[in-house]
Amino acid sequence: MNEIVQLLIYGVVLGSILTMGAIGVSMIFGILRFAHFAHGDFMTLGAYIGLAFISAFGLSPWWALPSGMIGMAAVAVLIDKVLYQRIRRTQPVILLISSFGMALVIRAAVQLIWGSDNQSYAKGIQFPWRLDILGGLRIKPDHVWIVLIAFALVVAVHLFLTRTKMGKAMRAMSDNMDLALITGIPAERVITWTWVIGGGLAAAAGVFLGIDTRLYPVMGWTALLPVFAAAILGGIGRPYGAIAGGMVIGIAMEMSTLVIPAAYKPAVAFAIMVVMLVVRPQGLFKGTL
Amino acid sequence: MELSGFSAYLVSFLTFAGIYAVLALGLNMQWGFTGQFNIGVAGFFAVGAYTTAILTTPGSPAYLGGFGMPFLVGLGGAVITSSIIGVIIGLITARLRTDYLAIATIGIAEIIRLFLKNEDWLTNGVRGIPAVQRPFADTALDSPLTYLLVVALFVVGVYFLVERAYVSPWGRVLRAIRENEPASAAAGKDIARFRLQAFVVGSAIMGLGGGLYAHFFGFVSPEAFRPLYGTFLIWVMLIAGGSGNNRGAILGAVIVWGLWSGTEMLTGMLPSEYSTQAAALRVLLIGALLQVILVTRPEGILPEKAPRLIARRRDKQ
Repeated sequence: MNEIVQLLIYGVVLGSILTMGAIGVSMIFGILRFAHFAHGDFMTLGAYIGLAFISAFGLSPWWALPSGMIGMAAVAVLIDKVLYQRIRRTQPVILLISSFGMALVIRAAVQLIWGSDNQSYAKGIQFPWRLDILGGLRIKPDHVWIVLIAFALVVAVHLFLTRTKMGKAMRAMSDNMDLALITGIPAERVITWTWVIGGGLAAAAGVFLGIDTRLYPVMGWTALLPVFAAAILGGIGRPYGAIAGGMVIGIAMEMSTLVIPAAYKPAVAFAIMVVMLVVRPQGLFKGTL
Repeated sequence: MELSGFSAYLVSFLTFAGIYAVLALGLNMQWGFTGQFNIGVAGFFAVGAYTTAILTTPGSPAYLGGFGMPFLVGLGGAVITSSIIGVIIGLITARLRTDYLAIATIGIAEIIRLFLKNEDWLTNGVRGIPAVQRPFADTALDSPLTYLLVVALFVVGVYFLVERAYVSPWGRVLRAIRENEPASAAAGKDIARFRLQAFVVGSAIMGLGGGLYAHFFGFVSPEAFRPLYGTFLIWVMLIAGGSGNNRGAILGAVIVWGLWSGTEMLTGMLPSEYSTQAAALRVLLIGALLQVILVTRPEGILPEKAPRLIARRRDKQ
């Protein structure tokens, strides 16, 4: 029992991290109509930008989060303006190839600049809190912060999508592109904002991953499959579905270690995704298939 | 027959380019003909390589087999196992839009790599399977040059098969599905079935490429099938050469493999302490090349041409 609750806690932490990535993937798919394969490496780059910022100014590790998010949002918009915008006029599937190439380019750039060794935000071991319920649960303070900040970011995205004019324009474009364009929604500005939010949240996921474990160049790539699984499970193109999808995938991945070797955690995410694609391809929350 | 220096390098270069040409032709069947986005080429490549390695190596307690079978049996096994994987993936995704196929294939490729890495009883895990022999091993015919000829034979054979498929009515349906799915459905074509067929044939060709690779390299390990070598390079080859065009796929394989090996020579001149950076720099260059091609010439060096149809040619006679 104790072990199950402990894994549930780890699952919620992983789920929070995956949610951050999956919201971005889902929004990009909803508005630009392509699966963004560089999203995992956006996570990596965001984490490293944060690392560069805190080591340059000697700040506490938590400064990696805002600096990484701002930096990555800027890089995402830059990549869109320099590359994706030129390709966008052709078929969306060409964007898919381009983003797959971009994934490798970003990873190579990270290796080139920061090297391929493991790095971490803070030296030393953090002592977990021990709770004496259910025979001694261990909770790391970092995990609590990750879940709380992720929740705050989700609330912020929700408020942005429902209360601001830009957020409403985004949802309109995601729901019905033609109708939205006819009503005069500024498509290019909506797309720019999509990259700002997608890139920023990807960086948050990357920084959380880095705080939870370590930073290494393929950290985001290995998280890409669970992120996609979360986005598909929630219904691709549905940011709110991504939250549910992220939690389900995160908890399932951690729980699976009870019965199968931990090396197969990504396979669990994949299996859930395949079942979903067969049974209900539109996702839990009817996505824009 | 011993080859020295440059000619030995050239033989090895051409053999690799030939193996990549087979893989690119398989991808062309899926992407170029039918518009199916498979970015899990590495998975089919790996399955082919491991199947032939297990079938043809002499017995070993470290992994399943080996069964000491002949070369052609190994290749046949490689084709069969990768087709089976292709059927499974194809059945799941044939009805879905291409983005889902992309995600599913990248997932299966990663899981195949995890499986090969962790199931020691079957594959010897990260240590890999050594001593995969070339055909004609221990005979007078055994040499790198002979193997180049064997690979060339397979490239030519696969080329004729896929080229024939391209101009056939079957290939025409595939292209119709690629260009306009609702119209092909309206014409009474069973889209899911044609897609599945093309996907499986493409997967089988990739498995063959994997088999040829194992016998050439002599050693298979999970590291060889990372997305960079196993998938990305092959995509760049097909896009650069001209997707939809079989000759383009072969040309792309030779040119891109040339560029890739060429950059290795350049970065090889750097001091050895920069070796990881040098590898990253090569990936950066090839990735930038892909983006430049996509922006400036998305149809590739040899763009797809409408084929002379077989039926029309017969009419003229």
